[in-house]
Amino acid sequence: MTNQMDQQIIETGVVQLTKEDFSSDQMVKWCPGCGDHAILHAVENVFPELGVPKEDFVVVSGIGCSSRFPYYMNTYGIHSIHGRAAAIATGVKLANPKLSVWMITGDGDSMAIGGNHFIHTIRRNIDINLLLFNNKIYGLTKGQYSPTTPKGSKTKTSPQGTYERPFNPGVLVIGAQGSFFARTLDTNPKAMTAVFLEAAKHHGTSVVEILQNCVIFANKTHDLITSRETRDDNQLFVEHGKPLLFGKNKQKGIVLKGTRLEVVTIGEDGVTEQDILVHDQFENDPGVHSMLAAMMPPEYPVALGVIRSVATETFDQAMMASIEEEKASASIRTMDQLLNSGPTWEIS
Amino acid sequence: MTIKNSRVVELEQVVIRFAGDSGDGMQLTGSLFSDSTAFAGNDFATFPDYPSEIRAPQGTVSGVSGFQIHFGQKTVYTSGDLADVLVAMNPASLKANMRWVKEGAIIIVDGDAFVDKGIEKAGYKSDPTMDGSLSGFKLIKSPISTLTKEAVKHLDIDLKSTMKTKNMFALGIVMYLFNRDPEVIHKYYEKKFKANPIVVEANKAVLSAGYNYADTLELFGTTFKVEPAPLAKGRYRNITGNIATAWGFMAASERSGRPLFLGSYPITPATEILQELTYHKNLGVKAFQAEDEIAGIVSAIGASYTGAMAITTTSGPGLSLKSEAIGLAVMTELPLVIVDVQRGGPSTGLPTKSEQSDLMQALFGRNGEAPVIVIAAKSSSDCFYSAYEASKLSLEHMTPVILLTDGSLANGSEVFKIPEMASLPPINPPLVAPNDPDYKPYRRDPERLNRFWAIPGTEGLRHRVGGLEKEDGSGNVSHDPLNHQKMTMLREAKVQKVAEFIPQQEVYGDDEADLLVVSWGGTFGVMLTVVEKMQEQGKSVALAHFKHIMPLPSNTEDLLGRYKKIIVCEINNGQFVKYLKMNFPQFKYLQYNKIQGLPFMVAELESRFNELLND
Repeated sequence: MTNQMDQQIIETGVVQLTKEDFSSDQMVKWCPGCGDHAILHAVENVFPELGVPKEDFVVVSGIGCSSRFPYYMNTYGIHSIHGRAAAIATGVKLANPKLSVWMITGDGDSMAIGGNHFIHTIRRNIDINLLLFNNKIYGLTKGQYSPTTPKGSKTKTSPQGTYERPFNPGVLVIGAQGSFFARTLDTNPKAMTAVFLEAAKHHGTSVVEILQNCVIFANKTHDLITSRETRDDNQLFVEHGKPLLFGKNKQKGIVLKGTRLEVVTIGEDGVTEQDILVHDQFENDPGVHSMLAAMMPPEYPVALGVIRSVATETFDQAMMASIEEEKASASIRTMDQLLNSGPTWEIS
Repeated sequence: MTIKNSRVVELEQVVIRFAGDSGDGMQLTGSLFSDSTAFAGNDFATFPDYPSEIRAPQGTVSGVSGFQIHFGQKTVYTSGDLADVLVAMNPASLKANMRWVKEGAIIIVDGDAFVDKGIEKAGYKSDPTMDGSLSGFKLIKSPISTLTKEAVKHLDIDLKSTMKTKNMFALGIVMYLFNRDPEVIHKYYEKKFKANPIVVEANKAVLSAGYNYADTLELFGTTFKVEPAPLAKGRYRNITGNIATAWGFMAASERSGRPLFLGSYPITPATEILQELTYHKNLGVKAFQAEDEIAGIVSAIGASYTGAMAITTTSGPGLSLKSEAIGLAVMTELPLVIVDVQRGGPSTGLPTKSEQSDLMQALFGRNGEAPVIVIAAKSSSDCFYSAYEASKLSLEHMTPVILLTDGSLANGSEVFKIPEMASLPPINPPLVAPNDPDYKPYRRDPERLNRFWAIPGTEGLRHRVGGLEKEDGSGNVSHDPLNHQKMTMLREAKVQKVAEFIPQQEVYGDDEADLLVVSWGGTFGVMLTVVEKMQEQGKSVALAHFKHIMPLPSNTEDLLGRYKKIIVCEINNGQFVKYLKMNFPQFKYLQYNKIQGLPFMVAELESRFNELLND
């Protein structure tokens, strides 16, 4: 075994890590059937693929069901307080930009109590990976509506149905000048893993919204998108450079008509595949990305995959560059020098 | 300097107050006079007094900006009570400052500003310089604006720029009055405005004009001189409390080898600490201006977990917002210093005025049993040592520390003897070596009861921390009832143990006396001034001024028991006295409290203490 490992080190320069390197010895206490289990497995599968030493991962969370996540990963981690994970992760990353920082949060944690940290972290483009578990309900407090709960939903605090307009996290991310937004499903491990890898590769705040099912308090909230019967008409996997097609036989597509997107069927009203909008995840202009993120059934399918991925300077890079520049040109390099700089006088 | 047309009288100490409209440059005037005071070898302390509005309506009382300096040939502990000299650039500044002026004081005013409109704006019914209301003072009314224009007419400079230099005319008069060499000020302008020679010329010309005017017209029959103070040998500088705080942290960072991270959100009167730290990237300082107070502290907690010497700075309202996060730092047992530059409260309160009313909040303002170390700086220059000590305690004991300063210390400045870094006590954070086989997140050092610091990126120490209660030792999440009690007691004991690592409480005065004056934090200067003065008069009075609040020094109880009467003096409604009563209920405590957004005055304390001694 040791020889084998040594051989690997010689070949790749790093120890090959496996899923087991990241599994913690703590009992996972999410409800049976909760979508969180699948997300945990996907993350455990992705971490060994990143070429990052295992002690360089830090997983940070806030409060909520999803936020128990760090306890179930064998990495450095902080399970913090409600809504604050983005700001804590910011501190971790700025203190040591070399670390691979992952933030786990939910729709209550990031869209409500932590909304401010969420948008400012994205605006600054701190290089962290932010996994937003969106089950559209408060699970840990047992079933109150959240900022993403669909209007009209009956919950413990909306017995007659909510009359709040819900947030669409993707639109919020792009509105906050986000450089990366992807959406995925807890029911599709393959797609989830692919998106997490993309998020990890992106430099900046990579936000992944995971449509996650709460079996207890909002079961089947994403059913229209995820169920075998309806998913083909309600899912659109976006791929860079490919036309935005969906439906069982990819016969439906998205076109840009005037200033809005529309669903069309190929072959109807003279529509051909050439008319279908081609996805460009690297386009700096947020217009189409925002419209894609906003698409919701019944009028549209939900866009899944990497919707936006734009290369922009990260805050941590900028801060470190500024520090290095100052250090290089500074005449004061020690506290003794600073204390004795400027106007001083001697008493002898 | 030429031979002057005046007699020179020696004074022991002097208080000067410069006042004008908030656009008149009075802060600069004051600070330049401070520079000349430093070069004259006096000890001194200063305090700015400015409105919370950046540009309040011109010429009104609410728009007055002031700067007070107290200097002497003996040690100066405060920025002074009442002024011996007031410079008032307009009627409003005269009106706003007359209550701070000694009877018989010299009052220098710009006569050009005492016209109907200005007088009315200030709220005077008649011209105070004409109606005899200043008869008890020595009034020097000079046409400062006119003479300033005269002084720069040979230069190509517009009226607006000209008027900006009239503060130099007033300063010139004061420099003459105290036999100061104007060369110090000239040098400042030559250096500061190297790129703008006309500004240098104009300011120098106006300063000299003011100086010569005072001499030629024999404005004063007598001028004054304050001999140098017998300061200890060494190099000195002038420093404000906020700058001293920032530098104290930087010093602790350098000495501990832990990089400094500040997460902060601007708030009066703490903002200068954030500003100052952003200037020192050259020393590796990471100062992060967060989106709000909460992000300020939690980013610092994230940085602390990651191995930085993490701090956050704020004032009262911000401390309220940080409460929950302080609890997280208590629970995760991470080092963190929280600076509260106290101001008048509650709510927005009196943002630019000083108060000591956040003590209870600092001690107890959190959910659950959440003890933290609390220390309070005693003077502007002591902010350096307090920040250093707060960092040392936090890093070595692995616990949050709240450092209380206040608006007076923060903005006030005093003479600071520059320390050598090597003379500061070493700081040894309990770092864990890579792959330490014994490492457990909540294993403790038996001496200090701290847990150890395992930093992300270190091999073999991966672990999780968080706000949920943890099992002793392993650090796994635990809801076990007995474990919770044990952990609560451990966190409490860890903070109490700090008493073994801080100095004994010292007393200024005899071990036994008729009256023990007790105070804490930023009032040290005035308390010591009063007590020393009374001791010189042979009064049986002593001072115990507390800097360590939580825990209290271990000799506190013994000390309090030795005096016949105890009076606790605070700029609040009696918070430290409540804390002492709680800890040592066997003693009787008298109180002296002032809640006016104003500092104690020597006279008021002296008269109250004398009453108690004569009882």
